[in-house]
Amino acid sequence: MIHVSNLTKHYGDFQALKNVSFDVAKGEILGFLGPNGAGKTTTMRILTGYLPPTSGTVNVAGFDVTTNSLEVRKRLGYLPETVPLYPEMTVWGYLDFMARLRGVAKRERRIDEAMEKVRIADHADVMIGKLSKGYRQRLGLAQALLHDPDVLILDEPTIGLDPRQIIEVRELIRGLAQDHTVILSTHILPEVSQTCSRVLIINEGEIVAEGTPERLMARLKGAERIFVQVAGADGDSALRVLQSLDGILAVDDRGNGAYEVECALGTDKRPEIAREIVNRGWSLLELRPVGMSLEEIFLKLTTE
Amino acid sequence: MRNTLTIARREIQAYFVSPIAYVVAAAFLAIMGYFFAMILYYSREATMRYTLGNMSTVLLFVAPVLTMRLLAEEQRMGTIELLLTSPVKDWEVVLGKFLGSLTLYACMLGVSLYFPLMLTIVGNPDAGPVIAGYVGMLLLGGALLSLGVLTSSLTQNQIVAAVLGVVLIVLLWLASALGDVTGPPLSGVFQYLALSEHFYDFFKGVIDTRDVIYYLSVIAASLFLATRVLETRRWR
Repeated sequence: MIHVSNLTKHYGDFQALKNVSFDVAKGEILGFLGPNGAGKTTTMRILTGYLPPTSGTVNVAGFDVTTNSLEVRKRLGYLPETVPLYPEMTVWGYLDFMARLRGVAKRERRIDEAMEKVRIADHADVMIGKLSKGYRQRLGLAQALLHDPDVLILDEPTIGLDPRQIIEVRELIRGLAQDHTVILSTHILPEVSQTCSRVLIINEGEIVAEGTPERLMARLKGAERIFVQVAGADGDSALRVLQSLDGILAVDDRGNGAYEVECALGTDKRPEIAREIVNRGWSLLELRPVGMSLEEIFLKLTTE
Repeated sequence: MRNTLTIARREIQAYFVSPIAYVVAAAFLAIMGYFFAMILYYSREATMRYTLGNMSTVLLFVAPVLTMRLLAEEQRMGTIELLLTSPVKDWEVVLGKFLGSLTLYACMLGVSLYFPLMLTIVGNPDAGPVIAGYVGMLLLGGALLSLGVLTSSLTQNQIVAAVLGVVLIVLLWLASALGDVTGPPLSGVFQYLALSEHFYDFFKGVIDTRDVIYYLSVIAASLFLATRVLETRRWR
């Protein structure tokens, strides 16, 4: 559905994007993850045809964004980072304006549907200037959905929403993925693992990692880690026991009888650890594998 | 064209929900009424010529106020990103904005028709100069509004857009004075460029196609440049 190859963008001397390539399949939700200023918004603006790339090509739904911009725009719903609203219009008036601009057939029905989807129908006659941040964000989303586009590009769609609204919007986005292809950007990490089918981590204009949230975590994990908490062991006897076990690479003392044990990738040493501890008459309080969180992956990738 | 009309329609609605349209229209008509009454009182002549002549000068300052918001505000609010990522061509946006302001101005001019109407009640004015005068005002107004659209495309700040608009318009209005300094052959060029030089024939009841073409060219050139300015975002 979206095919990006060797995209670069310069702003004067500053290189905002360096040779970025990726593909998005139909029905996928791709998450763009990266610190502020990493190039997320620039990439989205190029995808929507708002900015031209310095070099490289972008193909959306079979059309090139530079040479066939209008065809791309017809098939695209876009929610920019600052929600573009006219404060002096009513919710309905604004959606009507956008529907006309996009040449939507059966305008009234589509507007009602879009308002229903983002749950703003009860505010149809309210002036946009009087809407709260959450409603503005939803209206921005409604505007992007109006013409039932093939591709949705959402720049920080949940910013400024309260936790319940965030959950609602995430559910909405997941629901859209059946008939739409979605690209969303965020710097909120849980959002990606909860909403996206694939993640692209971008830093300083380069893609540093790509894959499903699970694959990314697995790929970056150099070893299996196990958290153990023991009670009843004197001094560092538990530490010594753990270190003496076969296949253990390292043991970190976390204090208070807690240890983090690192073992070779693909092995599970939990049965041995449990047996050793119980055999010595100590109490095993906790024993669980430690996964590397997306936060850790993100930090590791973007600070190197 | 459909997109242009959609944008023009929104612009007209925006004028009427903000106080701008009412304040500007009221000021325009009040000043015009004052000129009309004074000129009629002193000259005892059933003509619109002097009133419209004075109003053309007032218009130099009114037009940029009507247009200052058009593109500057879109750029400040970020809504320009929405327009330019919709399936709309850049020139359709610019033309729609221009038509929106022209419609408001035409309404103001339309309301002011009660001045010549009053003349026909109390006197017997010559219809030709009145009609030609109004055509001239519409063309001049169109040219000034298009220049205002151009300066509005240059900045995110409405006040800056208005000030730039007034400066540009006044310079173009007085371009023929520069011709007096340089002398021929440049004086011919400056004279042709001057907004004021193409205006006075209308009051005499003469609609000269050269003047019509001049004003239409100013409109076309300004709107073309405004479109190009919008497109420069591509290299910024």
